[in-house]
Amino acid sequence: MVHPLLNVDLALIIEKCILISIIIGLSLIVAMYETWAERKVAAVIQDRRGPNRAGPAGILQPLADGLKLFMKEDIVPKMSNGFLFILGPGLAMLTAMMTSAVIPWSSHINAFGREISLQIADINIGILYIFGVVSMGVYGVMIGGWASNNKFSLMAALRGASQIISYELAMGLSIIALLMLTGSLSLKTIVDEQLDGIYNFLYQPLGFLIFLVCAFAECNRTPFDLSEAESELNFGYHQEYSSMKLGFYLFAEYVNMFISSAVMATLFFGGFDIPFVNDTAFGQAHGQNLLAILEGLSLAIKVAIFIFFFIWVRWTVPRFRYDQLMRLGWKGLIPLALVNMVVTGFIVLLKVNHWHF
Amino acid sequence: MSITQILFWILSIMAILGALMVVVSKSPVYSVLWLIMVFFAISGHYILLNAQFLAIVNLIVYAGAIMVLFLFVIMLMNLNADTEPQKNKWLKIAGVIAGGALLLVFVGALKNADLKSQIAEVNHGDIGLIHNLGLALFNDYVIPFEISSVLFLSAMVGAVVIGKKE
Repeated sequence: MVHPLLNVDLALIIEKCILISIIIGLSLIVAMYETWAERKVAAVIQDRRGPNRAGPAGILQPLADGLKLFMKEDIVPKMSNGFLFILGPGLAMLTAMMTSAVIPWSSHINAFGREISLQIADINIGILYIFGVVSMGVYGVMIGGWASNNKFSLMAALRGASQIISYELAMGLSIIALLMLTGSLSLKTIVDEQLDGIYNFLYQPLGFLIFLVCAFAECNRTPFDLSEAESELNFGYHQEYSSMKLGFYLFAEYVNMFISSAVMATLFFGGFDIPFVNDTAFGQAHGQNLLAILEGLSLAIKVAIFIFFFIWVRWTVPRFRYDQLMRLGWKGLIPLALVNMVVTGFIVLLKVNHWHF
Repeated sequence: MSITQILFWILSIMAILGALMVVVSKSPVYSVLWLIMVFFAISGHYILLNAQFLAIVNLIVYAGAIMVLFLFVIMLMNLNADTEPQKNKWLKIAGVIAGGALLLVFVGALKNADLKSQIAEVNHGDIGLIHNLGLALFNDYVIPFEISSVLFLSAMVGAVVIGKKE
């Protein structure tokens, strides 16, 4: 008799483990090349050349940066809180990575006689899971800032945390309007609904705009990088950090950027749907595996456009003042999101009633 | 033991250990961090009961928002073990007695409860799924739900009024 503990689908576990490693590796590589892209785009905007020494067009620059961070001396301040000082960057990186679990990267592929879904977990609370993990991300910043035992770090950490909490509210409200239309929290279902129909962006332009602004704030990107305002706070919540611990904080920001781009593409721009192509018919004509690869590429292009937008805004728009940031969040975005929610609810009800009052 | 049972024991030990450490830890910041671990363990229990919505809302609301505010206050007050004033001895004894009395009430209530007929639906109950929960809330319990939302609204207005006072 098989022991009940072993009564699990071993192939499924292996499949998921491979998928998880691929996605984590991919997010790290994408994050690395985001730093390269950021410097290149900044250079173009400021009429410079950007990194061009390491490899052709500076393509090896991220590797050199990583090596530099690893080789630097790792200083732990004497009066800092040892364990929490290490936990901070670890948490930041962990929460940045965990969000990718519910994003459908493509439809399924057929290999080894199995139908392999290219999504780590299709849970029925997909979006809420992302919100849950994002709200955990606050702790990486707060613990790191506090454990440094530096007043500037602490102030920056508090700024960052209160900013993230404030914008999470508007983000959640903007999503509620979208959920009224889709009727599901599962990201896979949301994408499937957009495969044949119109992208959610056209139904929810205001909701998308609010979500975009909030995503900038959640990622601590300019114009919302108040927690790293070096003119006011020296260097921000990671002032005392050096070597790869600092690297983790900086890296987590880029991973967050990648994941939030993927989330935005999934929620509002059809996810892995190939635009102007009937995906199901294409899959039947040319085989499911080719379709899955092309769909993955389609999502990658959408994500790349969003990442470019993130970088473009950073080098164009100056930073907010802190009171402006809070006013925008609480008095601008939240009422706007509420209005969007009420209007959407009204229209959905009207539609259910066949456009009669 | 099945996987569910093993997970149950791990999560239970995590929850109880975390709750003990909340009380025992010297530094209030550590207490808050242990409390967050307790919330994680409880969310794990919700998932075992197939109540995913409850699990994730527990994390978002308690671990993600309320505990952050706790941390805010504690970090800004800068409570250290050596600067914290020692509490009165009688206050400590009173606290122990009050806590013990609460424990007694719980034990007494559980002793008389009919536990045999109310076994938790591990792994296959579906009342905690978001679909069923939404239907129950907006069909059967719509009036209590609306009344509690009015309560929240009044609390919000109250907070604004207090905050506005110069």
